[in-house]
Amino acid sequence: MSVARDIMTIAGVSVGAFFFLAGTVGLLRFPDTLTRLHALTKADNLGLGFVVLGLLPQSGSLRDGLKLISIWMLALLAGATVSQLIARMVRQSGTTR
Amino acid sequence: MNIATVFEIVLASVVLGLAIWTIAVAETYSATVGFVAYSLLVALIWVRLDAVDVALTEAAIGGGLGGVVLLGAAARLRDAEALTVEQASPIVRMSAAILSASITAALAFAILLLPDPAPTLAPTVVANAGATGMTNPVTNVLMAFRGMDTMLEKVVLLLAIVGVWSLASDRAWGGRPGPRHQADPNGVLAFLARLLPPAGIVVGVYILWTGADHPGGAFQGGAVLASMWLLVIMAGLADTPPVSSRWLRLILVAGPGLFLAIGLGGLWLGPAFLSYPAAFAKPLILGIEVAMILTIAATLGLLLAGAPERSSQ
Amino acid sequence: MTEFLTAAVGLILAMLALGLVSILRGPGDADRMMATQLIGTAGIAALLLLGTVTGVPAAVDVALILALLATFASIAFVKKGLPRLEADGVGSAEDE
Repeated sequence: MSVARDIMTIAGVSVGAFFFLAGTVGLLRFPDTLTRLHALTKADNLGLGFVVLGLLPQSGSLRDGLKLISIWMLALLAGATVSQLIARMVRQSGTTR
Repeated sequence: MNIATVFEIVLASVVLGLAIWTIAVAETYSATVGFVAYSLLVALIWVRLDAVDVALTEAAIGGGLGGVVLLGAAARLRDAEALTVEQASPIVRMSAAILSASITAALAFAILLLPDPAPTLAPTVVANAGATGMTNPVTNVLMAFRGMDTMLEKVVLLLAIVGVWSLASDRAWGGRPGPRHQADPNGVLAFLARLLPPAGIVVGVYILWTGADHPGGAFQGGAVLASMWLLVIMAGLADTPPVSSRWLRLILVAGPGLFLAIGLGGLWLGPAFLSYPAAFAKPLILGIEVAMILTIAATLGLLLAGAPERSSQ
Repeated sequence: MTEFLTAAVGLILAMLALGLVSILRGPGDADRMMATQLIGTAGIAALLLLGTVTGVPAAVDVALILALLATFASIAFVKKGLPRLEADGVGSAEDE
């Protein structure tokens, strides 16, 4: 049982770390601000989501698991709101380089 | 060298590099954004050092309120910066650099001079943890063993509010602090300000409650509540209360007032100022903390809102 | 297991450091703010992993506060110190 849990953790955290990598590369390599924003918020939230998914089997109790999930929910909400606000600001100021 | 050491070295060098960049960069705005990121990393270091109470404070202040203050100030300064052509003379800059470098050197010297192992009261604190019925040593020190310091800290917060309010013009005195924020009631910000505070209030109360036995406490919880209040104000969903409001002033003095009253009670009924009777230590301390979380939330929120500038009508 | 999770923290920390490059480089302030957002999320992930590795369950509470307050710096950034938020509204950008 413990082996199955560890495999799930390793898989989840690895995929999460990959999405963080993808997001960072996107932030550094994409050509303009709006595409960079896209790369960041998508990859970033997926990355955290998979890390949380990977850590769930390691959490000791139901309460700890729910806490992990609510952290991810809050991060999703933050990412969605911030990307909207920044995108609108960039579009208004007209400097999308 | 194991993997944990490598990790610590990487973390420390990233933080140091970011700190140096924040100082070196010319533009205020970039430096401010760098500083917000810096405080996030410092929270990581505190966790690594097993000082989770400090990490919670750093996350709540550095990630939330501090960022709002600094970015707002940088945005306002930006217009002024564009106009000024004046530059500090090389002598002034040189002496500032020398002063900072010597303070850093003195601090490094003092740390290297510390005896090994460093003198500590930590074992005594842990040994006496049962005295209050709470197991978080930090809460024990703050609320019981060094309760006097904590009480005076809250008085300092009150003095800070008096200081900010005294910047008001005569006409605005008694009015509402800060500008009236406006945002589209159907917009993104108003949406967030409706969705986040219920969760945030639960988290703030949780941080206070868990502070008895785990890292947490009134200040961290109060900072979270203040952030939620500020979010609602910034989204234009609520206005700041007029500073002449009797309710507001009652909340502002509730924390230090109750602390002082219970402290005097200890002097009158018990052996010393701020001595809690052993049977009631935990309920009394929790009562003080509940009053304090309200005071801290109101104080931090009002400190960020600024001086009264509009009449209350 | 511990070694794997520590390595994962290291990798995410490296991503975080790369994000710092983006703060340095810009070119615009919006890019810097986005990099800070990335550092915030990466910091949350690192804290969750670190809490499991070092057996400090309270690290999760730090992550919880960071996640709750992750929007604040960006809101202050978008508001530019003004009482009125310009970049808001349902169709504000599309109405042009």
